[in-house]
Amino acid sequence: MDSRVSDPAVRAPLSDTATTGLKIVIVGGFGVGKTSLVGSVSEIHPLSTEEIMTQAGVGVDDVGQVRDKRTTTVAFDFGRITLNAENILYLFGAPGQERFWFLWDQLFAGSLGAIVLVDTRRLEESWYAIDRLEHHGMPFVVAVNRFEGQGPSLDQIRDALSLPPDVPLIDCDARLRESGKFVLITLVRHLTRLSERMP
Amino acid sequence: MSARRLDDESPDRLYTVTGGRSDAGDIELDLVSLVIAEFEPAPGMQSEHARILELCRRPIAIVELAAELRLPVSVVKILVSDLLDTGRLSLRRSARPAGKAQLPDMEILKQVLIGLESL
Repeated sequence: MDSRVSDPAVRAPLSDTATTGLKIVIVGGFGVGKTSLVGSVSEIHPLSTEEIMTQAGVGVDDVGQVRDKRTTTVAFDFGRITLNAENILYLFGAPGQERFWFLWDQLFAGSLGAIVLVDTRRLEESWYAIDRLEHHGMPFVVAVNRFEGQGPSLDQIRDALSLPPDVPLIDCDARLRESGKFVLITLVRHLTRLSERMP
Repeated sequence: MSARRLDDESPDRLYTVTGGRSDAGDIELDLVSLVIAEFEPAPGMQSEHARILELCRRPIAIVELAAELRLPVSVVKILVSDLLDTGRLSLRRSARPAGKAQLPDMEILKQVLIGLESL
């Protein structure tokens, strides 16, 4: 989870031919392995940056405190994959809790799709994220980060999350590159299928 | 993921850096918009502007600039807009048009898939 700003002298810059940044967002609760998943496939050590949380984003509980000028920041991690000479894919780890929703708009605007990373011990933490993604029409897949070999089956998890049958649900080990790669490819294939269905 | 008070990190500095502005102006900048320097930093330039131009000798995304500068993304967007307005920075062909529910086009998806499969 510990991610630091890397030394720019060490961090490889993008190619001069790079023109287009693409986004995929990984959503999940605290400690579910978002940074591990980003790091497993990223060509740079995951970087952390932050955004200012304004009054509007603080949440319903705080509406009564408008005079309180408190501002907070929320940190999020990202990594990147150079796909080819022009296209660079950025992966963002986004906190899934409701109070961070303000950040989601910025992360999701123009993104290709989302990965919901799930911990079977805390399935309920994924409900809100899945609900918001469906509401916004943002295509997504669900990846179960298996911390232990055992746990509920994928069918049981699909039931618990009320996932529609056409939303891909897969197991992964967020620490492993091959597994992270498989999750990303599953999402892109899903997006391709959805695009093919469009008239 | 951490949410903490900005008080811990000198809000005065953020205010000074942006000249008190909170809006990046007309230019739509995304987290993954790529920018590149057109000029070297000039003497007497605001230090953050000079640093951005140094970091932009090669294309770089807004979010990477924010991480390198250790400044919030919205502050970096304002600083980058200043440099775009004066022609010191230029925006590479922008990221996909914003639209939350819009599906990406097939050609982009094909390129992403090929890129990922060769990882």
